[in-house]
Amino acid sequence: MSDTHYTTSHEYIRVDGGEGIIGITDYAQAQLGDVVFVDLPPIGKSLSKGTEAATVESVKAAAEVNAPVSGTVVEVNGALADTPALVNEDPSGEGWFVKIKLADTSELATLMDENAYREFLKTVS
Amino acid sequence: MRYLPLNAEDRAEMLARAGVASIDTLFADIPKAKRLDHDLDLPMRKTEMDVERLLSGLAAKNVAAGSVPFFAGAGAYKHHVPASVDHLIQRSEFLTSYTPYQPEIAQGTLQTIFEFQTQVAALTALDVANASMYDGSTATVEAVAMARRITGRSKAILSGGLHPHYAEAVRTVSTMAGEETEVLAPDVFAAEDFCSLIDADTSCVVVQNPDFFGNLRDLSAIAATCKTKGALLVGVFTEVVSLGLIQPPGAMGADIVVGEGQSIGNRLNFGGPYVGLFATKTKYLRQIPGRLCGQTVDASGRRGFVLTLSTREQHIRRDKATSNICTNSGLASLAFSIHMTLLGDAGLRRLATINHAHAVDLADRLTAVPGVQVLNKTFFNEFTLRIAGDAAQAIERMAEMGVLGGVPVSRLLPGRGLDDLILAASTEINTDADREAFADALQGALSC
Repeated sequence: MSDTHYTTSHEYIRVDGGEGIIGITDYAQAQLGDVVFVDLPPIGKSLSKGTEAATVESVKAAAEVNAPVSGTVVEVNGALADTPALVNEDPSGEGWFVKIKLADTSELATLMDENAYREFLKTVS
Repeated sequence: MRYLPLNAEDRAEMLARAGVASIDTLFADIPKAKRLDHDLDLPMRKTEMDVERLLSGLAAKNVAAGSVPFFAGAGAYKHHVPASVDHLIQRSEFLTSYTPYQPEIAQGTLQTIFEFQTQVAALTALDVANASMYDGSTATVEAVAMARRITGRSKAILSGGLHPHYAEAVRTVSTMAGEETEVLAPDVFAAEDFCSLIDADTSCVVVQNPDFFGNLRDLSAIAATCKTKGALLVGVFTEVVSLGLIQPPGAMGADIVVGEGQSIGNRLNFGGPYVGLFATKTKYLRQIPGRLCGQTVDASGRRGFVLTLSTREQHIRRDKATSNICTNSGLASLAFSIHMTLLGDAGLRRLATINHAHAVDLADRLTAVPGVQVLNKTFFNEFTLRIAGDAAQAIERMAEMGVLGGVPVSRLLPGRGLDDLILAASTEINTDADREAFADALQGALSC
């Protein structure tokens, strides 16, 4: 059983058991434009909530992907090195960034669920 | 630029707007003792002709580099710049344009940058070069900062053979950034051993070749040690013409190579503008500071040029940028590129060979002067002399005799007990008669 949570800075984390997959939302990839490079963290790096997990560069912009919750990096999406466009093509699937082992599942309560995020997007021009 | 004079009403209006009673209020932060409490001792008015006469008289007190036998180097070298270089860089398309903000519209400018980068990469034996930096010292600062980003370590070890100005620039910026720098003692004989100094906190070792004292260094061993210990080797040069003869730092294993490009295409220019060269390996591409020009094809498949990987730069990346630099030494790098193109591979080698031959001849002549010793076992076009006397005084005496006979080491490294050392350089501009005049003047200076 998995469930997805969202941040106001347009990251998602899809949680399954004690692990979660972090990516950026479809709205975020559309705002960035064509992604040309993704810089991923080393396996084993510990991330605290809200700090930089990865960076993503498009043709004209660069942005940080922040960890929605605290945890330790257990896997990164190696496919992005050769095919960064996956972030544009399939942000919630093949275009994921980092898998972490959650440090504290109670932090998830601070995030939005899908409905809340959809409502939040209406408030963003 | 227009000259905008102020009258009393203008001043009053500006002071009122700023909300202060007098101009002195604005200088409150400067200690009183440091402020001038009287007007400068200058005449209220003079005619244009009077001013010209006065200033010409002052200028005539200088001994200009081009007017006498000239042997000063120490990081800035007097070479011949062909008239064609100046003619070409003065074309208005080049002379008046700044780093293009809508870059792709200026294909000619981008092509010259691309060719400059290609030349720098070839000269340094590395994969990729940027569009240039301000000068050799700031390029060195950027190389150290890049090594810190890549390794995630702080301490930079600077060779005692690194130009003192370069070391000072690195130390200044590092201190402000809260980073650690270890500057080794002046190394006149290239005898220092880095290997034992590199530890788990060392980001890079910075070594100049030929070094400040003119010695040639083999960087291979230090490159291997750096690799084993996870630090980067930054190779530095102040005399780019040397690369026409000696092994480039990239070929000896340097990860980043930086240096001063003034010697090719650019005059002494009273210390600037100069042009910093910066090259590295492809794997560090995204960590490079400054502008990068790339070659591509347009929609119709024709060759074209673009500024690329701009997301590293501060106008996009803000505080996460690789560097605060977002520009390049456009005109100086163009002069470099034009002169290098005129020289070509064979021309550069020949120029370097002449430089070395002239320096060898100078060393022979100076060694024959009683009380003078050449300290170098190896050198390119510059070497260190030990004289029986004070170097700064000897150089002053030679200047009075109409010879600019090098640079006293104590001028750049004061208080180090190096008062009897002179750096002397001989480039292609010196004639046999010039070198003879130097030897005679030095003999004269030492015997008085």
